[in-house]
Amino acid sequence: MSPPELKRVAVAEPTRRSYLGWLLGLCTAGAGVALSVPLIRFLLYPLRARTTEVKWSDAGAVSDFASLTGPVQRSITVEQVDGWRKTVSDKIVYITKSSSGELEVLSAVCPHLGCSVQWRDSKHGFECPCHAASFRPDGSITGGPAPRAMDTLQTQIQNGRLMVRYQYFRQLVATKEVFG
Amino acid sequence: MSELSNRNWRGGFFRWLDKRTGLDSLLREALDEPIPGGARFAYVFGSALLFIFISQVITGVFLALYYVPSADHAHTTVAYISKAVSAGGFLRSIHAYGSSAMVILLLLHVTQTFLYGSYKGRRELLWLSGCVLFALVLCMAFTGYLLPWDQKAYFATAVGTNIAGEIPLIGAWLKSLMRGGADMGTLTLSRFFVAHILVVPAAIFAVVALHVYLFRKAGAAGPISENPISPTAPTEPFYPHQVMVDAAFALLIIIVLALLAHFAPFDLGPKANPADTHYLPRPEWYYIPIFQWLKYWPGSLSFVGVVIIPGLVAFFFASLPFLDRRMERRPWKRPIAVGSYTFIFLALFGLGWMSYRSDHGDPGYAAQLIAQQKDTDEFMRKPFEAEIEQPVVAATPETPANPLIAQGAQIYQEQACNGCHGDAGTGSAAGPKLTGIHDRMSADQLAALLKSPSAKMTAGGMAPLNLPPDAMKSLVAYLESL
Ligand code: FES
Repeated sequence: MSPPELKRVAVAEPTRRSYLGWLLGLCTAGAGVALSVPLIRFLLYPLRARTTEVKWSDAGAVSDFASLTGPVQRSITVEQVDGWRKTVSDKIVYITKSSSGELEVLSAVCPHLGCSVQWRDSKHGFECPCHAASFRPDGSITGGPAPRAMDTLQTQIQNGRLMVRYQYFRQLVATKEVFG
Repeated sequence: MSELSNRNWRGGFFRWLDKRTGLDSLLREALDEPIPGGARFAYVFGSALLFIFISQVITGVFLALYYVPSADHAHTTVAYISKAVSAGGFLRSIHAYGSSAMVILLLLHVTQTFLYGSYKGRRELLWLSGCVLFALVLCMAFTGYLLPWDQKAYFATAVGTNIAGEIPLIGAWLKSLMRGGADMGTLTLSRFFVAHILVVPAAIFAVVALHVYLFRKAGAAGPISENPISPTAPTEPFYPHQVMVDAAFALLIIIVLALLAHFAPFDLGPKANPADTHYLPRPEWYYIPIFQWLKYWPGSLSFVGVVIIPGLVAFFFASLPFLDRRMERRPWKRPIAVGSYTFIFLALFGLGWMSYRSDHGDPGYAAQLIAQQKDTDEFMRKPFEAEIEQPVVAATPETPANPLIAQGAQIYQEQACNGCHGDAGTGSAAGPKLTGIHDRMSADQLAALLKSPSAKMTAGGMAPLNLPPDAMKSLVAYLESL
């Protein structure tokens, strides 16, 4: 190439080139945006889909609790879906009767700071071993630092079996709020 | 860039930034790189490699959000990515096909450099750094292949590490080093994972920087008619023309990858089963020629086939700019170099073809390969199944809340009732189960029966129980609670 030609390359073409450049830049930006969509969807999946979920657990036959005179402790198996895994864990609950005489399932987790509340037969009531919060057999509070009654769990009866939905509740607040 | 900095509305900010960072001169340096003879499509492969590497880094970082490198969970998490997470199958496919794209581009880049004789003229270190990058990319492909922990990943890596074991003197040691022990297991996976996401990528970043630096230092070699040290052809700056060609090619690559990922998602086979003796391991396509090559070197000769010959080829390949010192770049004037290069490529293709022939010519092999593909397809069709994590079973049995029942449970143990009726009344060969007995009889009936068992019970070995009334009450309460 001779120098004049070179000059043409350098001066005459920028308009056409910058137009092409803009077009290409636009395409590239478009492709970039289009490709960031799957990336963002991938990233936000746990926020949009339910990746944690608690199934109903079996607490025993309803007939077992027909002649309940005081709370009984049961260990239930809780199945939890956590992302790509399912965890199966055992949790302690108390089956008792509410003041109106209905079957009720209480979580053993103390609403104060989360210790495991125990049944004291001698006192005919529940007592928390940590800071001595005490509760009536139906779970209502009688004393101590706990801000509310023991938490009742959601129940339903399926084919004569008492099913419980195990959940955690926020500690240290006066109203029962599902946690997590 | 001068055009940009002249504009008033940005000029001020650019000047401010430039005074502090030297960004303008840096950009000028990068974008005004003179290309002798002007921009060409033939020069796109280097920047395309860089582009696809960055794409691999991005998709890889995202995949690591869900992946767990452990033999227990790797396969589940990859299945979770592929089947459950939104766009997961797509991103994983972009990443997996991206590795193939990288190998193809690498071969094109090397071929272009070779045919153009662009390794000549004070470019020995540039070529050597390129050879190191070549090896590192192959390492990435090899280490990444194991991570899904499916059948083909497991067995291909078992073969791959066995090949390393063939190397004399250090082979056995090298194999255990790679595997983290004698066998493939969760430690192998951890090692491959660390190599794949930390060590090798870090090395690639460093060597790419060196490679680009050396390239800029030597300058672009230009067309094949030019002297590689001081090309005389009129130059054109890298920006905008070459940048545009490079960008257009990058766009093409990503479109092809996206189409592939969308219409032919990369599959995942069933979880690795080391006990499966029928599995026919096959590596990724780019390792097939080597895989086939090794079949021809049995026993004592394997040393020659596995180490000497590939080692020599690699050595001659790496030392090319030292051996070929002439400044002649036109391929038709370099028959020996171009001839050997062509020969090696033809040999690789030939080996690939032989491998295909031997797999598909043998009915037994062909059937097994089809069966393997069928298993994979079947696994892909199944919905995602979460892994079940069992709790640590408490060693001590729970004590009932009701002390009466607790006491009864103790009596049950003391009286050795569990000897025949099983722990917690679950029954055994020697005695019937007691669970659910409350449905069959009342507490009083039960207490009466314990005091004086029926003839049938006595015949079965049941002895009458003489307990104080309180103890009997607890025992009955316990039995009723079962
Ligand atoms: S945790 Fe139960 S009283 Fe504090």
